[in-house]
Amino acid sequence: MSPNLRIALRFLTARKRSMAMSLAGIVFGVGFFIVTQAQTSGFEEFFIKTILGTNGAIRVQDKIQSTLFTMEGEAADGRGAFAIETDGNRKYIDGVEDPARVTEAIRKFNNVSGVSIVVQGLVTFSTNLRTSEARAYGINLDDHLAVSDLGSQIIRGSLADYRETPNGSLVGSVLAQHQNLRVGDSYLLEVGGQARRYRVSAIYETGVSDIDRVRIYLHLSEARSLLHKPIGASFLQVNVFDRDRAPEDAARIEEVVRHSAAPWQRREKTWLAVFSALRFSSAITVSTIILISGLGMFNTLAMLVIEKTKDIAILRSMGYTRRDIAQIFLWQGVLVLIGGVALGWLFGALATYGVSKVPIRIRGIFSTDSFVVAWSWSHYLVAAILASVVVLAASWIPARRAARLEPGDVVRGTAQ
Amino acid sequence: MSTPSSIVIRCENLHRHLGQGEGRVHVLRGVSFEAKRGEICAIVGPSGCGKSTLLYQLGLLDQPDDGRIWIDGEVMSNTSDDLRTSARSRHIGFVFQFHFLMLEFTALDNVMMPMRKLGRLTPAAMEARARALLESVGLGNKTHRLGTQLSGGEQQRVAVARALANEPSLILADEPTGNLDAANSTLVFDLLARLAKENNQAVVLVTHNPEIARRCDVVRAMKDGLFI
Repeated sequence: MSPNLRIALRFLTARKRSMAMSLAGIVFGVGFFIVTQAQTSGFEEFFIKTILGTNGAIRVQDKIQSTLFTMEGEAADGRGAFAIETDGNRKYIDGVEDPARVTEAIRKFNNVSGVSIVVQGLVTFSTNLRTSEARAYGINLDDHLAVSDLGSQIIRGSLADYRETPNGSLVGSVLAQHQNLRVGDSYLLEVGGQARRYRVSAIYETGVSDIDRVRIYLHLSEARSLLHKPIGASFLQVNVFDRDRAPEDAARIEEVVRHSAAPWQRREKTWLAVFSALRFSSAITVSTIILISGLGMFNTLAMLVIEKTKDIAILRSMGYTRRDIAQIFLWQGVLVLIGGVALGWLFGALATYGVSKVPIRIRGIFSTDSFVVAWSWSHYLVAAILASVVVLAASWIPARRAARLEPGDVVRGTAQ
Repeated sequence: MSTPSSIVIRCENLHRHLGQGEGRVHVLRGVSFEAKRGEICAIVGPSGCGKSTLLYQLGLLDQPDDGRIWIDGEVMSNTSDDLRTSARSRHIGFVFQFHFLMLEFTALDNVMMPMRKLGRLTPAAMEARARALLESVGLGNKTHRLGTQLSGGEQQRVAVARALANEPSLILADEPTGNLDAANSTLVFDLLARLAKENNQAVVLVTHNPEIARRCDVVRAMKDGLFI
């Protein structure tokens, strides 16, 4: 052990109470930082998982109409002719005209893991109980399972029943509850005065109440017939291997297939901004604990420097350099920091685990019955970096002051 | 007659001002001085005459405004702080009036502290030397006592042992017995004198105690920043 570290350790243990308070501040600061970040990122992550599992990573819809035109012109003197080419304002034609070809083109993208053709339209949903508006989604089940978590969202009934029943349907949990429907019950869907009867094969729950309240999945051929859309598609739902690359892929898809392509980041921009703001604000709030503990550390060390001026002078008289003196005080900060971060990590991990077991029922933008937490090493790293910056800054100032003390002034009793 | 090699420390024409503005005082007014190996030199004089200031100059704890200091033939005044610090570690041992032990440390740790910084010895050799020094000052049975658990006289004996730890050529003592009773004063001075003589070290001590001064090899009296 170096002489400086040995002296720092002894100084530290000689002031157990004040150092313990500084240590506790860092432990709680680091711990709370981790647990709040774990919660906010946990909910954000769960929200992303829900929307990806429900609406896919990219939605391709609406053909882009070519608005490129050429305008011939003439110079002012009437001599030279020239042409202006412009893409003008972008215009869209509803839906995907040739979904098979577009799907084929999209499947060639490396990052694309699946494409599902969807035909959708507004319908009137009727049971003996009541009539309401709903939205019918025509899908090929296997294709759609590849681009969504529909398989794991079934809460009652079975997909096998749906697969085997031509007029089978998958009904959202909120709609089913509203219409008092159970698996095996039937209901009517009406479009343009034409009504058809469907059977509830299964009830699903995405947790997104706006979806669970209105969406009904039908077989694609059945939906085409009901909605009078024998060709084309309302949109294509695309899933990707690397979700973070979705914006780049969407832009490229848009360019290649000339259809609008919206990545999940753009579609859910508002909610993502809310989560980001929440995470940032909780980080700032909790960081104040670390900051206050840093001030405590500064105060303790500053007092220690005043208390130890004679020790500093004697160390200097024995040959300890200014750098040694600074190191002795910095070491104290580092030792408290190491202990605080290690214990803070432990506290943060235990608190995160504890919070994940707290029951809480949330429905609306996702569905959960307990706190959702994310386990990420980055939370631990950021907490440690934050604590390091605060504690080292808090230690540096007293350390520098200690190093600047003139031993002659101290022994003479005139040190400032 | 002293040979150059026997002179441990020498200073010429040292000047030092303390304070600022109207309170600025010319404490050392061109002091020249030398101390030889094996010699115990007392600096005496009234309070405020500059004795302690001279001692801190000689100990390189303070910088002169003018003049030069040599330690073992090497110029040490107006050099870098690191060089002067290193010189203190190698050449000088200090004993202060108020012991200045590091009270959270044991007697053994206090004595080992300068050795740890110098790093000449192995940890085992450092401990053996520290024990031997504490034994020589009569504290062999109190090596593991904290500074707070020692009496004033014992603390000063630990301070003497600590001053000798790195086998310095020069020991500077600022009223080493000033805070002790008569019996402890005699004990501490005897120890200092005996150990310094045994190791052929120079001792420069500032004292108000005429009895202590009388027992020194050389006595230099100061008044108004100058040797009389």
